[in-house]
Amino acid sequence: MKFRYLPMTHKDHHEMLQAIGINSVEDLFSDIPKSVRFQGRLNIPEPMDEYSLVRHMSRLAGKNASYDQYVSFLGAGVYEHYIPSVVNHVISRSEFYTAYTPYQPEISQGELQAIFEFQTMICELTGMDVANSSMYDGPTALAEAASMAVAVSKKKKIVVSRAVHPEAREILLTNAKGLGYEIVEVPFVDGVTDLEKLKEVADEETAAVIVQYPNFFGHIENLAEIEKIAHQHKGLFIVSANPLALGLLKPPGQYGADIVVGDAQPLGIPASFGGPHCGYFATTKTYMRRIPGRIVGQTVDEEGVRGFVLTLQAREQHIRRDKATSNICSNQALNALAASVYMSALGKQGMQEVARLNVNKAHYAKKRLVEVNGVEDVFHQPFFNEFVVKLSRPVKEVNAKLLEQGIIGGYDLGRDYPELKDHMLIAVTEVRTKEEIEQLAKGLEGLL
Amino acid sequence: MSKEKALIFELSQPGRIAYSLPASDVPETSDLPQEFLRETPAELPEVSELDLMRHYTELSRRNHGVDNGFYPLGSCTMKYNPKVHEDVARLAGFAKIHPYQPEDTVQGALQLLYELQQDLAEITGMDRVTLQPAAGAQGEWTGLMMIRAYHESRGETGRNKVIVPDSAHGTNPASASVAGFQTITVKSNEKGLVDVEELKKVLGPDVAALMLTNPNTLGLFEEEIQVIADLVHEAGGLLYYDGANANAILGIARPGDMGFDVVHLNLHKTFTTPHGGGGPGAGPVGVKKELIPFLPKPMVEKDQDGKYYLDYDIPNSIGRVKGFYGNFGILVRAYAYIRTMGPDGLRQVSENAVLNANYMMRRLEPYFDLPYKQHCKHEFVLSGNRQKKLGVRTLDIAKRLLDFGFHPPTIYFPLIVDECLMIEPTETESKETLDRFIETMIQIAKEVEENPEVVQEAPHNTVVKRLDEVTAARKPVLRWEKK
Repeated sequence: MKFRYLPMTHKDHHEMLQAIGINSVEDLFSDIPKSVRFQGRLNIPEPMDEYSLVRHMSRLAGKNASYDQYVSFLGAGVYEHYIPSVVNHVISRSEFYTAYTPYQPEISQGELQAIFEFQTMICELTGMDVANSSMYDGPTALAEAASMAVAVSKKKKIVVSRAVHPEAREILLTNAKGLGYEIVEVPFVDGVTDLEKLKEVADEETAAVIVQYPNFFGHIENLAEIEKIAHQHKGLFIVSANPLALGLLKPPGQYGADIVVGDAQPLGIPASFGGPHCGYFATTKTYMRRIPGRIVGQTVDEEGVRGFVLTLQAREQHIRRDKATSNICSNQALNALAASVYMSALGKQGMQEVARLNVNKAHYAKKRLVEVNGVEDVFHQPFFNEFVVKLSRPVKEVNAKLLEQGIIGGYDLGRDYPELKDHMLIAVTEVRTKEEIEQLAKGLEGLL
Repeated sequence: MSKEKALIFELSQPGRIAYSLPASDVPETSDLPQEFLRETPAELPEVSELDLMRHYTELSRRNHGVDNGFYPLGSCTMKYNPKVHEDVARLAGFAKIHPYQPEDTVQGALQLLYELQQDLAEITGMDRVTLQPAAGAQGEWTGLMMIRAYHESRGETGRNKVIVPDSAHGTNPASASVAGFQTITVKSNEKGLVDVEELKKVLGPDVAALMLTNPNTLGLFEEEIQVIADLVHEAGGLLYYDGANANAILGIARPGDMGFDVVHLNLHKTFTTPHGGGGPGAGPVGVKKELIPFLPKPMVEKDQDGKYYLDYDIPNSIGRVKGFYGNFGILVRAYAYIRTMGPDGLRQVSENAVLNANYMMRRLEPYFDLPYKQHCKHEFVLSGNRQKKLGVRTLDIAKRLLDFGFHPPTIYFPLIVDECLMIEPTETESKETLDRFIETMIQIAKEVEENPEVVQEAPHNTVVKRLDEVTAARKPVLRWEKK
């Protein structure tokens, strides 16, 4: 059978065997002991032609309820936002997506410059000095931040707020087992980190204090107070931040954060069932040489012309091997490019405007929804584009009914927080209209 | 010849925009206290949509990908990235779905994941596969954390060492460290393979696992794999397979049959998903049945009624390693590839990849030192020692290749070969392309003898010349600053 990805003809095959001086390609595998040769035929489906494949894939895709058909109020770390058309056009240029890590700078200036611009944009949004070229996703970037804090402080205790994304805390636990550090969780009160409890647990042994901004419930944490507590005993202050919110909110860098991480998914990256997204990692000049992952730096060529290279590589696994503090090798460069294009498209004005729209829509929605009987306003904190309400019926039941009306309801907080049974986390971004918010309110009115 | 390209910030003019946001249909709120708001906006570019497109188009022209030309970067498997995969991954039913939607509304996505788990288990000869890890290195760490949990579950808490050969990828020892292990390095023998006698010396009750790439980074098959596997297992350790080089063995040999207990695959290498300028990739991990209880959660399962669901009920799981269910968009592409090729197609992939590599190796053998003479698998390693004696380094040869439109091979890796060039053609390149590259390498070898300056001073026609990496590291400039 012929395959369009395999150009070798019979003639090629024959000529190559001759050049090697063998009779059969089988000779090239003679060093694999018979006992470990695979004798059968792989038990996987037979090949499909291109048309059949597209049909098959379309049918699978058709079994999923997409944003195109449904009105979604689901957030909890992944958001539906406006994605300018240019984003997909740029990342579809195969000079970008069919390249690998820019090991040869002379023929990779495009990628290198794009990453340098990405680093700059992340620094601008977070208020930090240095950013890397990206991490796998927000939660793993947070785990890397904890690892780095343990490495630089030589302390073994990480204090994390329970108002940090539950999945991020789970990954932190897995990571802690490997590196042998301890994790202490701090409860929340009225939907934000309990500062009194935080003062009790953050001590001399603490490598870092971790909070999320806005936190998992959408609330804006009091970073000014948390910074004092984190730094009082010389621990690091780590903030996981939604970069879209930073178009409007005071950047964590301005509050004295040592490391800011997060996921750039809200910046032009599709939800894609949870990945690939794009972690980012930013820190201060002090820790510049301890940052994980690839970093691009500006330099000049032999003729004095500005150019860009991968730099500070002495930190990385391919040089330090078992002494490296991170094992990251590949990253999410193409999605970092998508985020760069998004930030370029939205620009200085658009990033403020989109963040402001999110705030206005979410605040309007909350006011409207708590008017509904059976919807209770539970927390009273400043919030960005997500908020929590308590329903008079289980969230799962309500969501099943909303789905019949074409609405994907909010996140069931009871999944992760037993004390928040029947609490729904609702995300309202700039793409939700007043009419759709009304539709949700009416839907809830009929159900509660 | 060098040409500078303006940064997007340098193109910025106040007042220009490249976005179109919906007008607000709700009242402005004043509920967000001023103290939480930025005092100055983030200094992002202000450009029109055309300016933006021209900027990134120009950047793309300053970048070399597989679609531009040959990219024989060893151990990275830079094969063709099928275009139809890009189309199907962007279908709304895949790209515009949320990971927390009710399971009933994502049955197609879960089916795809389930079937991919099954296919990859079959291809590797393992019992179960998790798709969660985002990359090869993360797969390594996930696998090692499972190995750790396995030993601990048997009360063997003293197994704190992981053995890697000196030819291993840098991620192997780094992943071992992050998983809390110490690394022991074993030397390779004169054939470029694991030295079994050396291995015996380091095996003991403190060893958790041996990590092996097979074929190894020299492109050579570890012929004594069964002896190695038996020795490690007898010593109570497990075998970890680094799947970076799996492109050599599809349908020909399976890690599971060689005695490996844990395997990761790099879908962005063997299974054609694009490298994306550095990522995203995906690094699924397969395990033998003894390790199933420790798989990360959730796993995708199918119930008696044929309904797919996410199983979080894995009490001894190492926990979660990545957000959600892995790099789904990448998994869609790999699935489409496996469906396109089928069992015979995948086998042909490996046969052709190996034939291409051996052809190149034999044709280049007269002109460069070949440290290991046996047949290679999908890649091979040359040494530039002969050229170095004439004052031309492997780095220079790599830079000279740029002048001919080729991406150079991996250089100076593996660390055990001096002036190393690691060449992996892949199966998607035609013989004409291989021949052109071979002729170019032969020409460069001649230039080294007759006119070394032209190689030493290369590249001559790239947009920038060799860059000052030392200053870049000593005085780092890592972002643009507004003047």
